[in-house]
Amino acid sequence: MATAAAGTDRRYFARPTAKTGWWAWMTTVDHKKIGILYGLTSFVFFIIGGIQALIMRSQLATPDGEVVSAAMYNQLFTMHGLTMIFLVVMPMGTALINFLLPLMIGARDVAFPRLNAFSYWVFLLGGLFLYSSFILGGAADGGWFGYAPLNRELPGNGMTYYSLGLQILGIASLAGAVNFIVTILNMRAPGMTFMRMPVFVWMTLVVSFLLLFALPVIGVALWELMFDRLFGTSFFDPGAGGDPLLWQHLFWLFGHPEVYIMILPAMGIVSEVLPAFARKPLFGYPAIVFAGAAIAFMGWGVWAHHMFAAGLGPVANSAFALSTMLIAVPTGVKIFNWIGTIWGGAVRLTTAFLFSAGFVSMFIIGGLSGVTHAIVPHDAQQTDTYYVVGHLHYVLFGGSIFGLFSGLYYWWPKIFGRLLNERIGKLHFWLMLIGFNLTFGPFHVLGLLGMPRRVYRYSPGLGFDLWNMMSTVGAFTIALSIVVFLVNAVLTARRGEQAGADPWDARTIEWMIPSPPPEHNFDEVPVIRHRDDWWYRKYITDPKGTPAPVIAGGADASIPADERDNATASEDEQAHGIHLPSPSYYPLVTAVGLPIAGYGVIYQPLLLAVGFLIVLVGAFGWVLEPPAEPA
Amino acid sequence: MNLQTSRRGRAWVVALAVAIGLLMAGCASDAPQSVLEPAGESARKADGLWNLTFSIAVAVFVFVQAALIYSVIRYRAKPGREARQFEGNARLEVILTVIPALILAAIAVPTVGTIFDLAGEPKGDDVLQVNVQGRQYWWLYEYPDLDVVTANELHIPVGTPVNLTIEGYDVNHSFWVPRLAGTQDVVPGRVNRLTLEADEPGTYRGQCKEFCGLSHANMALRVIAHEPAAFETWIAEQQQPSAKPAGSLAAEGAKLFVNGSEDGQFAAGAACASCHAIEGLDGALGVIGPNLTHLQSRKTFAAGLFKTNEANLRAWLADPPARKPGSQMPDVGLTGGQIDALVAYLETLK
Repeated sequence: MATAAAGTDRRYFARPTAKTGWWAWMTTVDHKKIGILYGLTSFVFFIIGGIQALIMRSQLATPDGEVVSAAMYNQLFTMHGLTMIFLVVMPMGTALINFLLPLMIGARDVAFPRLNAFSYWVFLLGGLFLYSSFILGGAADGGWFGYAPLNRELPGNGMTYYSLGLQILGIASLAGAVNFIVTILNMRAPGMTFMRMPVFVWMTLVVSFLLLFALPVIGVALWELMFDRLFGTSFFDPGAGGDPLLWQHLFWLFGHPEVYIMILPAMGIVSEVLPAFARKPLFGYPAIVFAGAAIAFMGWGVWAHHMFAAGLGPVANSAFALSTMLIAVPTGVKIFNWIGTIWGGAVRLTTAFLFSAGFVSMFIIGGLSGVTHAIVPHDAQQTDTYYVVGHLHYVLFGGSIFGLFSGLYYWWPKIFGRLLNERIGKLHFWLMLIGFNLTFGPFHVLGLLGMPRRVYRYSPGLGFDLWNMMSTVGAFTIALSIVVFLVNAVLTARRGEQAGADPWDARTIEWMIPSPPPEHNFDEVPVIRHRDDWWYRKYITDPKGTPAPVIAGGADASIPADERDNATASEDEQAHGIHLPSPSYYPLVTAVGLPIAGYGVIYQPLLLAVGFLIVLVGAFGWVLEPPAEPA
Repeated sequence: MNLQTSRRGRAWVVALAVAIGLLMAGCASDAPQSVLEPAGESARKADGLWNLTFSIAVAVFVFVQAALIYSVIRYRAKPGREARQFEGNARLEVILTVIPALILAAIAVPTVGTIFDLAGEPKGDDVLQVNVQGRQYWWLYEYPDLDVVTANELHIPVGTPVNLTIEGYDVNHSFWVPRLAGTQDVVPGRVNRLTLEADEPGTYRGQCKEFCGLSHANMALRVIAHEPAAFETWIAEQQQPSAKPAGSLAAEGAKLFVNGSEDGQFAAGAACASCHAIEGLDGALGVIGPNLTHLQSRKTFAAGLFKTNEANLRAWLADPPARKPGSQMPDVGLTGGQIDALVAYLETLK
């Protein structure tokens, strides 16, 4: 390390030194702080996307609604979809992964801490770039899957922002995926074999591989769209030999794995929360892990079920119908195993548990309605109607968002050191569960009664009125539940109950260390001997199969006597103290260049050059800055 | 405890009854686009699969939700209860993997059969061929064997399979008449097909289902099914050219239609005839907008948005994009007098 530092010029490339305040957050490379930044940012976007939904529900509450114009409505539903997918569900999952992944595998940080900070800043700036289109002439208005050739023909810059904004956000996700894969493969604590990893870590690994392979596919599509819109190519122009279906194939080849990118982290959360509150090991751990991996593999072979009405022909439609039905099997395995985890337990009905149980319950509905899409002749009725919108919200809201809230309630005390209030939490849960079903249940009926999606108004006399009104009432109920959550967060911020290290009597090793965890996470890197290692440090299982506490100060009976002495950190660690990565300006600097280059593509080539210059400066600084400031 | 449980049970029963009542009220109400009330062979086949799958889904739903709720309530923590420590049950897991696979196989067989069944083009002498194009934001129908062109309202005879050849034009649309058949996307550069057949005479509403721009919501269509004799009559009427305009105002309107006017924006380039065709009117050969030869025979215009009557035509001509966002028909700045003349002429297009 010393030789590397010798080559740097401290006059130009210094490491930041601020430990508190704005600069500390702007230059942090601590995975926990970055996790909190991710969470906070995605929550703000969640509120914005929710407000967009409320405006849309107000417009649709009655026939011939006149709250917003058609042009505004089209921007709202496009941005609502993009926001909830790319700026809420994905980064909210990333927030928890960031905070917890190193803690769950016994690491000090992720493998590439500066790359981690870079991911966050690119995500934030990419989101702001996408949203700036609202004040710069109009946001994207072609739907989140922006079908060609409409996407290349829509006037204004909205769809150009779409193509550039998603490319920028893709860079953030790609960098994050690489980081998490390397972290999981290389930085597990001694003894943390693959089959001892928490399921949440497993799902992170699976999702990261999905991202790694899926993002380049949409990258190609977005790049082609950008060229079609800006430089007169004709990838999607049938009049010039292009093919609109090319977009659909590329988009959904990304888009379906993307669905699993959004749901698998939530499934990981549920697989942590249910055992913790049932006080039982996860039922069928290997099956849940392999089902997750199987879903990820099979997720690549089902994309054309989004295109059953596009005219691919009976052979292709049959093949994709079968693959779609097949993917229901591993999904079913997960559901049964979660119920098996609760079965026979001693279940504490905490808010975190309720959200996980809610996830399972709502996901059953979303999964079953998903199977009905596989019956192609009837999918031709459901597709592009509110039935599909209902289905996707049951998996992405009833699924992902419920799962993420479960994770928030569960790990909140670990992250902030204080418990959220359980009474208010339960009020939040029940309001959200009721509001959710009131909002999205009627969508199925509306779809079957013939209401297409993406309509800014509907005529009276089609039988849609009652259901739309119900749904709007439900949407505001959800909004109320979010207010309740915010009240909970604010009230408990100062006066909440102190959590202590392990408020839930939980199972995995992140609960060994204080809440919030110190900057270096573990004083000593733990040696892992079991799946749910922390549990088996606390309890031994007596011959009847019931857990009994390990006697204080007593040795863990499950550890063979000859290994006991080594059950502390390596000598190396103790001898040299703890190395932590130093903060850095350059992830932020590098990230700032990307949206500037994006504006350059749209408005002014010179700006493009400026953007890339900033990226270049950031990259040089990144390479040349010293490893640490002298103490 | 017992009393409480039964009270809670009763509350659930009431809630369920209310929910079912609402559901039935919703289904019973007038829903002309309901998928659940098929009125033709294609839609009925899809509905048969739905009924099978939906019943199975409901059974699975009840079973799994019951298991979930039971386990949560039954195994609630209470003093003295210890969680049983077990990590799985290989036999049970295999069984619970195989059962869903078998259920899905039972659904897959009829699904694949129906996919191929519906994909087959209808054969026979009585098959009616219609070419369909979806355009921003209206529907073009062409009966190639009968030399008829019309828009938005598709007329078909009952009991006869109609082979729709569906071509793209500008952007994606989707042709959908839920009570008669599942949707078929309209994709530029591709030719798709769909079989349509109605059991009974009547009007079947549909609308564009693939997002196509500002007025996607305003792109409705109607299929009007006739008894065969009535259909023949309709065809015969449609095959006639338009009548010469009677009356001077209508004649002036016809002239405006073809030539436009020197005043204002409404110059020759933007005359109605540059986009609209009318058989029997010299110079009216436009192919961009709907053919208006028998405009008055259509109950609605602008893709089902307005009833065809004088007041609506007047309002429409005054500013089309204001009445239908994104309409390709521009506001050409017609004066009141020009609108009077044009509407008088359009009224003659029976």
